[in-house]
Amino acid sequence: MPELVDPIFITAHTATSALGRGLADHLEALRESRSGLRENDFTRETLSCAIGRVAGLESLPLPAQYARHECRNNRLAWLGIAADDFLDRARAAIARHGAERVALLVATSTSSIGATEEAYARQSDGRFPDDLRRPEVHTPHSLGLFLEHVLGTRGPCLTTATACSSSAKIFALAERMMRLGLVDAAILAGVDSLCGSVLFGFNSLELVAPEPCRPFDVRRRGISIGEAAGFALLERNAADRSPALIGWGESSDAHHMSTPHPQGLGARLALEGALARAGLAAADVDYINLHGTATPRNDEVEAGVVAAAFDARTRASSTKGWTGHTLGAAGILESVVCLLAMEHGVIPGTLNCEEPDPVCGPQIALRNETADVRIALSNSFGFGGSNCTLAFARGGQS
Amino acid sequence: MNVLDIRIDGMGFWAPGWPHWQAARAGLRGEMQADPLVGKPSPALLGAAERRRAPLPVLLACEIAAQACAQSAYAADSLASVFASTHGDLVITDYMCSTLASAPHELSPIRFHNSVHNAPAGYWTIAAHSHAASTSTSSWHWSFALALFEAAVQAHAEGSPVLLAAYDTESPGPLSEIALAAVNFGVAMVVSAALDGAASLRLEFNSPIQASAALALPDAFAELARSNPIAAQSLPLLAALAAARPHTLQLPAGSNSTLGIEVCA
Repeated sequence: MPELVDPIFITAHTATSALGRGLADHLEALRESRSGLRENDFTRETLSCAIGRVAGLESLPLPAQYARHECRNNRLAWLGIAADDFLDRARAAIARHGAERVALLVATSTSSIGATEEAYARQSDGRFPDDLRRPEVHTPHSLGLFLEHVLGTRGPCLTTATACSSSAKIFALAERMMRLGLVDAAILAGVDSLCGSVLFGFNSLELVAPEPCRPFDVRRRGISIGEAAGFALLERNAADRSPALIGWGESSDAHHMSTPHPQGLGARLALEGALARAGLAAADVDYINLHGTATPRNDEVEAGVVAAAFDARTRASSTKGWTGHTLGAAGILESVVCLLAMEHGVIPGTLNCEEPDPVCGPQIALRNETADVRIALSNSFGFGGSNCTLAFARGGQS
Repeated sequence: MNVLDIRIDGMGFWAPGWPHWQAARAGLRGEMQADPLVGKPSPALLGAAERRRAPLPVLLACEIAAQACAQSAYAADSLASVFASTHGDLVITDYMCSTLASAPHELSPIRFHNSVHNAPAGYWTIAAHSHAASTSTSSWHWSFALALFEAAVQAHAEGSPVLLAAYDTESPGPLSEIALAAVNFGVAMVVSAALDGAASLRLEFNSPIQASAALALPDAFAELARSNPIAAQSLPLLAALAAARPHTLQLPAGSNSTLGIEVCA
């Protein structure tokens, strides 16, 4: 079993998704049980499904000095980093610690492949159009290049791309680098944006629901895809009020590329790793933000793991019914939801779940609840059998 | 701590004409010529059907990863892993983007699930029966340097050896002039924390150390470096390892960063 790790403080965080820009918009939508999902109006070809689209990106080009990074994914990053004064706080941290002592750890599943799709659609004579002949946007590291340009960090800058666990795993990277004293702070960014690849790709696997997704409902029919940008600033020392990352667990299913291990072995290993590093027992956990994609298999397996490991006092829910599945951004977006739950004492319900699958234990919260949330977990699982569970403690607790 | 001392416990290598590290090491020393019969990686670890069906990055990554594990003293299922590629699977990117432009409803589900950047890691963990943590990374022209650094961080932080596999594969179609990769190339290492002074490599991000004069690459390897991003990024280090004498490098590791590497030999 892994050894206990010291807490790492989260001194700033924010999220932008279909629910809005910044923490206040997210809290309000969660409290009002107001979904951000709407009928797909993104793809040119018809695809009947719900999407979690961030409004207004089309009319928000990047500032001129960042023009070579121009694409939907980086626009979303730029919109998201401004919310809750995150950019100013990140710059202040860089000034405080020195650019060399700050890591920039980014996560995405498809990065700016939307720009590559557009270049193919508009190619002539087998060549990309002039305005898209920019190698910086046709690479998985597009987001990292853009944010490194914006922030001027000189510490390690790495893209983690492990599908839907990507932006959970960057919390683990940050903890390891900070524990070894290699950096004093880490700026974490998870950004994924709507594109044809994921909408038609998940559709080809018959994993996209025709209606807004219904996590853990017995009639669930698949995911709704969303887009989001989430950011977190992690530092070793902070004022008492900051919440903290207190543990993480990573594992591989070693089972199948696109379906989970039937007994949830990988999910269980990730959970055990997070609890061990945090020094927690399952009974200490107040809330779990589940991966809860609303695919038949994910929810069945994940509900089984939760029912077996926790008692009824621990509350658990999926917030995919609010935001859609934001893929590589889901880990950090849902970590922000955990931080909101802890700060404001609100446990989000599982929007759109009316009749829970019989495999669900009593932990699954269907409606919003008020509770004292000191310890929260976030689950993220991805294609390739990549699993990550994060453990957080409320500000002033650790 | 700023410095990470690591030991290399196993090496894997594959490029056209150079099917393993022993051959590449001899080639880098100018003691061996390329084998013209070596055209495509074919990892025994995968079953025959998967060897036929799997995308090239999967074959390449599994081949070099299996080589490095075999050379180390560790069981493949015991190792955490870090996979890295500058561009990911460009053949699938080309397929996805072409199909989306013409007939998006006809997208192949198999090719979609193989399109994730961590597809090689997924196939590897399945074939090696490994439930250990695995990550898949990319950092533009610095993908190899950052992945080596991350593998070293994991080895030190968790106190257990880590498999690193870095590769790039050929780019087709209109992508070939945007994301240049004309040949397939991969290199793997099993690294562990060297706490007893017996380090193979000493890594330091933004180290002030002075780099040694660059080692000249034999023509065949200079050509690989021109034709594949991971080759260009890793061959300066691999040449120093092949030479087996102390050497110091500064690998570019970001827009304004370097990774200092002392090869302790």
